[in-house]
Amino acid sequence: MIPAQEVVELGLRAAAESGRCDETIVIVSDRAEASLRWAGNSMTTNGVATSRTTTIVSVVRRGDSAHLGTRRSSAVDEGAVAALVFAAEDAAHGAPEARDNAPLLTGTGEPADWGDPVPGTGAGVFAELARALSNGFGRSDRLYGFAHHVVETTLVATSTGVRRRFTQPTGSVEINAKRGGASAWVGISTPWFAAVPIDAMLTELSMRLDWSRRTVELPAGRYETLMPPSTVADMMIYLGWSMDGRGAQEGRTALSAPGGGTRVGEKLTDLALTMYSDPLAPGLECAPFVHTAAGSERLSVFDNGLGIDRVDWIRDGTIASLVYPRATAAEFGAAPAVPADNLLMTGGTRDLAEMVAATERGLLLTTLWYIRTVDPTTLLLTGLTRDGVYLVEDGEITAAVNNFRFNESPLDLLRRATEAGVPETTLPREWSDWATRAVMPTLRIPDFHMSSVSQAQ
Amino acid sequence: MSTRHGIDEDFLALPFSRLADAALSAAVAAGASYADLRVHAITTEIVQLRDGELESAILDREVGLAVRVIVDGTWGFASHAGLRPDIAAESARHAVGVAVTLSALNAERIELADEPIYPDSTWVSDYRIDPFAIPTDEKVALLGEYSGRLLASDGVDHVSAMVNSVKEQTFYADTFGSAITQQRVRMMPTLEAVAVDAAAGNFEAMRTLAPPTARGWEALTDDQVWDWSAELAELPGLLAEKTKSPSVAAGVTDLVIDPTNLWLTIHESIGHATEYDRAIGYEAAYAGTSFATPDKLNRMRYGSEVMNITADRTVDHGLATIGYDAEGVAAQSWDLVRRGIFVGYQLDRVFARKLGLDRSNGCSYADSAHHVPIQRMPNVSLQPGTEDLSTGDLISRVTDGIYIVGDKSWSIDMQRYNFQFTGQRFFRIRNGRLDGQLRDVAYQAVTTDFWNSMEAVGGASTWRLGGAFNCGKAQPGQVAAVSHGCPSALFRGVNVLNTRAESGR
Repeated sequence: MIPAQEVVELGLRAAAESGRCDETIVIVSDRAEASLRWAGNSMTTNGVATSRTTTIVSVVRRGDSAHLGTRRSSAVDEGAVAALVFAAEDAAHGAPEARDNAPLLTGTGEPADWGDPVPGTGAGVFAELARALSNGFGRSDRLYGFAHHVVETTLVATSTGVRRRFTQPTGSVEINAKRGGASAWVGISTPWFAAVPIDAMLTELSMRLDWSRRTVELPAGRYETLMPPSTVADMMIYLGWSMDGRGAQEGRTALSAPGGGTRVGEKLTDLALTMYSDPLAPGLECAPFVHTAAGSERLSVFDNGLGIDRVDWIRDGTIASLVYPRATAAEFGAAPAVPADNLLMTGGTRDLAEMVAATERGLLLTTLWYIRTVDPTTLLLTGLTRDGVYLVEDGEITAAVNNFRFNESPLDLLRRATEAGVPETTLPREWSDWATRAVMPTLRIPDFHMSSVSQAQ
Repeated sequence: MSTRHGIDEDFLALPFSRLADAALSAAVAAGASYADLRVHAITTEIVQLRDGELESAILDREVGLAVRVIVDGTWGFASHAGLRPDIAAESARHAVGVAVTLSALNAERIELADEPIYPDSTWVSDYRIDPFAIPTDEKVALLGEYSGRLLASDGVDHVSAMVNSVKEQTFYADTFGSAITQQRVRMMPTLEAVAVDAAAGNFEAMRTLAPPTARGWEALTDDQVWDWSAELAELPGLLAEKTKSPSVAAGVTDLVIDPTNLWLTIHESIGHATEYDRAIGYEAAYAGTSFATPDKLNRMRYGSEVMNITADRTVDHGLATIGYDAEGVAAQSWDLVRRGIFVGYQLDRVFARKLGLDRSNGCSYADSAHHVPIQRMPNVSLQPGTEDLSTGDLISRVTDGIYIVGDKSWSIDMQRYNFQFTGQRFFRIRNGRLDGQLRDVAYQAVTTDFWNSMEAVGGASTWRLGGAFNCGKAQPGQVAAVSHGCPSALFRGVNVLNTRAESGR
């Protein structure tokens, strides 16, 4: 494969030589991936993959209107680039006006690492993990799980002089352990697979399965519930995905206010919780600029290369910002706000053990699963508890409880939370295919709504 | 019936035999006892409009090669975007290296069930108009015109429109000697109308019922394939009626479920539950397991006597319909549930051997060159009754109940017991007749209770093929398109929730 930087130059050169369009955006992503999966103490699937995605966006401007043609390809031969440019140009000339027209960004200069080789990954990153895991396979608990490493380098360039580059490492390890009818789960986010604590994870799983020696059947109902960071992340990520400004302004989301306008400014909680995204958050670094091939409620193709800053979506318990690409921000008189690919929430000072110790009777969850919208007007979500619901009595974990189906809204959870624990880096289990970078506190909900019992184990 | 298309020339121009020779011989030379090569191209065009204006139109083509090997009883897999013989050979050696590196973790020797060899086979799905022969601006214009019809109606404040066109092409060769080239096309069109009551801070949405289908562009333009004229004409009135309708009273009630809703319940509570890999724990840490474990095969009562469920990869315009699966196994059809008894699983070549069967039923699929083939869902369908009951006949049997049309929200637990679904439209049934719409309805049940409560199924005239493009499974995540046919059906005593009450309001 020719280097990604060369693809960028070939694309821009082909566009300049054809001269059929006013502006051109080239996005090249080089991706290396390694995966390892196991079930019942044996490996099931594995693999390594090398791929590239090249996106050409051609822009035709006529007076105040702009027309986009977008073509994306995984082809890696040199000749494919010019063909892709021509196809995008054809599409731009036939396209109706883009609704999110904005001037392209201009010259950022080449970053210092622009020409550096693109880093990769391979099955070798699992060597340490495989050794520790095979010890676990020799024991009596049945282990299931997945280790995944993706290293993706994205280059964004425009004919207006934008040059930006970012390497995104994404890694995760999830282990599910089963003993009799009991099931437990631990998962971590690990961008570079450095010192993955498999032994500690196996010890934690064993402890959780020990908690399940006693089981208690509980009916549906409202329970005081400790939501650990992974479960809070899954609910808050969904809230984050629902915070587009346009939909709220138009009265068609849960962030719309009765009587018109949005819920920005509404105080959800007296707890001093701030929910934010920040591309520079330590350990959760992600692209500090926009790179997108497709327009949506949340992103505009015209914003490619635009810097992404920290945005507080909720500040000190009050809804503070909604997502606005530049064009939408101008339309609604709001400030542009683009989400980075991570989500964090502040919290309190007590750790989970202290919060358990301060609980007279309640439930401690492990993870959530199969979360879907039930009522978009309130952002009511349904889903299941999974791999460990534990009963807390007089400050101690005394048993494992059956699973439940819940119906809850993340907005309502924040409205009713009575305590937030210390924020921790966590792996959001339900959304880990898309979102692995999160820091969340444990939340105490006095009346979490378990709608029905699930027999699933 | 249309004349079948051939496979596109630009795909056939790829150097398949040289890639296969390079990959398979390099794999064997490096120590593999078995190898297969898959060249996999997926072309996708997604066009989205919002309120009649273009939001996004992107045409994407992904192509790559994958080599899968067995080395000393252990799988290895490697893929690459490059389509050159030297890259194919290198990928084969890479796959062998992966198998060797990770072999210590493998406790089960991989063995494949036998299958006839298909040395030079070709298959193309049945479609009339290649969607990629239609220029993007024509797609945008049609969606714009459809959006305009809805936006021009009273009570419609916003319209989202989308069409997703896909062409999937594969070349497959294995060390047994099969060499198979295939091409299939599928379309997913949706339009959603939204009514906003800004003063009350409320809104209501309703989506078209047109299913995704393995057809060409005719799925959007031919009222004989889907009656767009009728659907776009009636949707605004139905939405306006829904916004004024009363909230449902929660409780146990009888349901008549339209095929446009029931297909998704079949997908979640039967389709996924009869995946053999789930049943033996392969998905335990992710998609989940199944209550339908192998010890219950041919023993467990899944549902009532009128419940007959088939699996197939052969139904006309089915999204999982194919000539041969990702392991070179020819398409078949078979029973999963017969007269309410659980009798079959979905299998690939490894799982057929594990279950003690001679042959796979052909359910192996990977969604990309960069993903390992796994056992994926065939078309799973509920068969109509022998008596040709209409949906109206089923409704006439209900004194007090709800008729549910169109799918919306879905969620089911890790063993496929507890599910909850909503829908697009809910009509109150009183004394055997429809009596206006209801709002805020969800139905919640346990899989076997639900299917055992099915008193009657409609006849063949009520049978429709629904489906989805986005069925998810495995890690790394893979998506698959799958269809589900079913008649209307009558269920007694199902728990209905009021979703406003569920939120504590």
